[in-house]
Amino acid sequence: MRIALFLTCVNDTLYPGTGRAVVKLLTRLGVEVDFPAAQTCCGQAHYNTGYRHQAEPLARHFSDVFGAYEAVVTPSGSCAAMVRELYPRLGERARAEGRGEALARVLAPVVPKTYELTEFLVDVLGVTDVGAYFPHTVTYHPTCHGLRSLGLGDRPERLLAAVRGLTLAELPGAEECCGFGGTFAVKNADVSAAMGADKVRGAESTGAEVLCAADNSCLMHLGGTMTRLRTAMRPVHIAEILAATEEEPWS
Amino acid sequence: MSSRDIVLGRIARALGPAPGEPYDAYEAAVDRGYADRHGDLTVEQTVDLLAANLADYRALVHRTEETGLPELLARLLAARGARAVLVPPGLPPGWLAAADAVRVPDLAGSTPAELDRADSVVTGCALAVAETGTIVLDGSPDQGRRRITLVPDHHVCVVRVPGQVVASVPRALRRLDPLRPLTWISGPSATSDIELDRVEGVHGPRTLEVVLVEGADRACAGTITRG
Amino acid sequence: MSGMPDRASGKAPGHTSGKTPGRTPGGTFVGMPAFPRAAHDAVRDPTLRANLRHATRTIRDRRAKAVAELDDWDRLREAGKQIKDHTLRHLGHYLEQLEAAVTAAGGTVHWAADADEANRIVTGLVEATGEREVVKVKSMATQEIGLNEALEAAGIRAYETDLAELIVQLGEDRPSHILVPAIHRNRAEIRDIFRSRMARWGRPAPEGLTDTPAELAEAARLHLREKFLRAKVGISGANFMVAETGTLVVVESEGNGRMCLTLPETLISVVGIEKTVPTWRDLEVFLQTLPRSSTAERMNPYTSTWTGTADGDGPRAFHLVLLDNGRTDTLADEVGRQALRCIRCSACLNVCPVYERAGGHAYGSVYPGPIGAVLSPQLRGTASAIDASLPYASSLCGACYEVCPVAIDIPEVLVHLRERVVQGGEFTRHGAKVTLKPAGGHAAERAAMRAAGLVFAHPGLLRAGQRLAARTRRAHPRTLPGPGRAWSATRDLPAVPAEPFRDWWRRTQEGPGRPERTDGREAGA
Repeated sequence: MRIALFLTCVNDTLYPGTGRAVVKLLTRLGVEVDFPAAQTCCGQAHYNTGYRHQAEPLARHFSDVFGAYEAVVTPSGSCAAMVRELYPRLGERARAEGRGEALARVLAPVVPKTYELTEFLVDVLGVTDVGAYFPHTVTYHPTCHGLRSLGLGDRPERLLAAVRGLTLAELPGAEECCGFGGTFAVKNADVSAAMGADKVRGAESTGAEVLCAADNSCLMHLGGTMTRLRTAMRPVHIAEILAATEEEPWS
Repeated sequence: MSSRDIVLGRIARALGPAPGEPYDAYEAAVDRGYADRHGDLTVEQTVDLLAANLADYRALVHRTEETGLPELLARLLAARGARAVLVPPGLPPGWLAAADAVRVPDLAGSTPAELDRADSVVTGCALAVAETGTIVLDGSPDQGRRRITLVPDHHVCVVRVPGQVVASVPRALRRLDPLRPLTWISGPSATSDIELDRVEGVHGPRTLEVVLVEGADRACAGTITRG
Repeated sequence: MSGMPDRASGKAPGHTSGKTPGRTPGGTFVGMPAFPRAAHDAVRDPTLRANLRHATRTIRDRRAKAVAELDDWDRLREAGKQIKDHTLRHLGHYLEQLEAAVTAAGGTVHWAADADEANRIVTGLVEATGEREVVKVKSMATQEIGLNEALEAAGIRAYETDLAELIVQLGEDRPSHILVPAIHRNRAEIRDIFRSRMARWGRPAPEGLTDTPAELAEAARLHLREKFLRAKVGISGANFMVAETGTLVVVESEGNGRMCLTLPETLISVVGIEKTVPTWRDLEVFLQTLPRSSTAERMNPYTSTWTGTADGDGPRAFHLVLLDNGRTDTLADEVGRQALRCIRCSACLNVCPVYERAGGHAYGSVYPGPIGAVLSPQLRGTASAIDASLPYASSLCGACYEVCPVAIDIPEVLVHLRERVVQGGEFTRHGAKVTLKPAGGHAAERAAMRAAGLVFAHPGLLRAGQRLAARTRRAHPRTLPGPGRAWSATRDLPAVPAEPFRDWWRRTQEGPGRPERTDGREAGA
């Protein structure tokens, strides 16, 4: 099977290690990974901040770049949710504004075949044991888009539970937002920071060495909070845990 | 231009032309696929559920045969030390036959302050809802005016089982007449206003006693065979 | 028809924990600071944080249990949404039907286009009775229009009888929650308010009052009882109005509602037009979903329904005031109108992590929390600083949508209102179409979004930017000046990696045997 990796603009720029981990993991599972170099951004930040019309060309571009692939896999719950949940809404809104079906038609092909990584592993590849090795205590934060928009359920936990050497610690208040929320983190920095601090303290209380999530945007916020609160924990994307093996351990 | 015309005009402009006749559209607009009741309980189990849910919300539940009702009511009033008991006009006369308390009739002319001097009130009910532990009063002669079950601090409500018990809220609404003033009561007066935690006892009766009477169904029309 | 002032001053006095900024009869909290400034102080108030955390977490878990008891919850939720959507789609028809039914049952129906008009109508009705005091059941609509203040201006005293409303009224405070307006107060604070203030309004608090909830409830019972027993006029709202029968429904817990609805001779109900449902049967949905969503009970202690007046039972005169006050403007917005489905359960407040930390007062409206953030800017417009900031008072986590018993997609409406703030466009205010200019204060953001859009449209630009960042990465500070400080005051920035992913990919994966995919767009960049 050949898929396109939609790494996302944030990962591409700031978290290339996550991208390398996805490539390593999927290749190990027999998937042929392509990285279309023309990819940029799904338009989520524009859309969520109120610039829907400026998100439209980005969505069209996404569809141009990825439309021909059998499946698109992204290690970001929020970007997957943007495509799956909000691209159809972009089409609906354009229709309501009297601009016809054109946008909806352009975006339709990518909607059903865009998968968040853990969903692709469990639902499409049908695996939960990906042959990983990660000898650490991990607590998992289910990000809001993964949890509520995509309905990832316990897929990430099932994948983590099958990792050899890994001890999974339950995160108190797991389903509560970490406080990132895109531009919310800046526009309402006080509330955002308070939410982040509560999440980090909750994670710390589990005694875990690693706080894992399936979205680096949330981890950027939580990781930045951790260093400021001087906790010893590390934020790690789930792809990096699943990619780690005894031969090539996570570093 | 009246405000009525202004508001209706704004609505019309906000919505544009509405398609079809509203009532026909309504039938098609709502999917009623939700449950008519929850669980497949026998009549007996439905009555037990009512008792359990009433008790869960701190109503005091008693069960008796019809023949034991006057003794039980007398005992409940005596235990409470009730000297004056409000009585709706159509309360079956035998119910309070054994009670000592002074009967205070439910009169249109009574002032709230006069009602406040009564210690207790004894009524029947229109029906009871098992799933929610609710009794419903509809102002029938055995229940009286709404205020008599409100001002006294102690309310004893008699429910004929199984005839007056319905399983669910949908079934209750079908049996009630919306043109009558209805009071749905689920446990004694309570509040969640202090730290969002439930505390019993504010303005309504702080003690609600519900008597489930068996064998008194003959007088009750529309007896159901299954809760 | 100038009931709702559109503009509140953006220059607000310093925040006001515990103090009450002036309220106009129009219902706007004049001079409320924008949400982030108000939240700034709330986040740093440890008592408030603890009170809200305790209360919302208690109810959150109990709601989940109450909802889980019903295996058809999703279908009830969908039916509730459909009933409300259908009613809104045919609102004019159902209001006329309601009016006819209420009138036939002995009631009198009044229409109020805005807050001022509603206040004038109610004041006139009370004055016509010759009474100088009224008892009130907790009602969001009368809070929204500032009825108590309007009555006070006419020399009529309104006594709030809901326990939490009493706490707010005695404490000269503002409500901070839809269901429990005094949620920001803990039991010790409530005891202090009762001790120090009750005597001013009537019967003083009992000697030696402690802070146990049962004693506090008893104190409220004694204090209010004399008011109930002598009241001649009651004022209420309603949770539902049934169009086909003309029946009104009030859902409550304490019995103060029953007192106000049945003991007085005159009853005046002020109800938003969106509270209409078509049929009696429709209540079977909402009487299941509302109590479980709001107080996490199978059923609330008391529900009263009445149709006009009843012979010899309850008030002899019944007046229904149908309130617009921005609702028809909200109805005109195809995306935003779903906010009118709201049944005021407050489940969205109780699950909201932003509400839990910012508190209800930060929302500058009688409607706080997620529903307030979508309702207030629609009812009042987005001209004031607070209303323009409310659509951003959310991380869009979606917890509110998940618990909403009528499936209001609050994140969708928030984003839609953000669009209204930054883009402007044509909207309806006071029933007339107006063209809004984009709000000020977003110029830098707009420019940044445009620049980002340009970069993202041209992968070559993105790559150039990434390389520049990588090359200069050692010079990057971990904290930022200017607006970026909002991030870096509390969080470190991630380090910029030496090599963006796309360069690694090109270097390692696109060697011989893995030809580069054609990439026509990049050429133009």
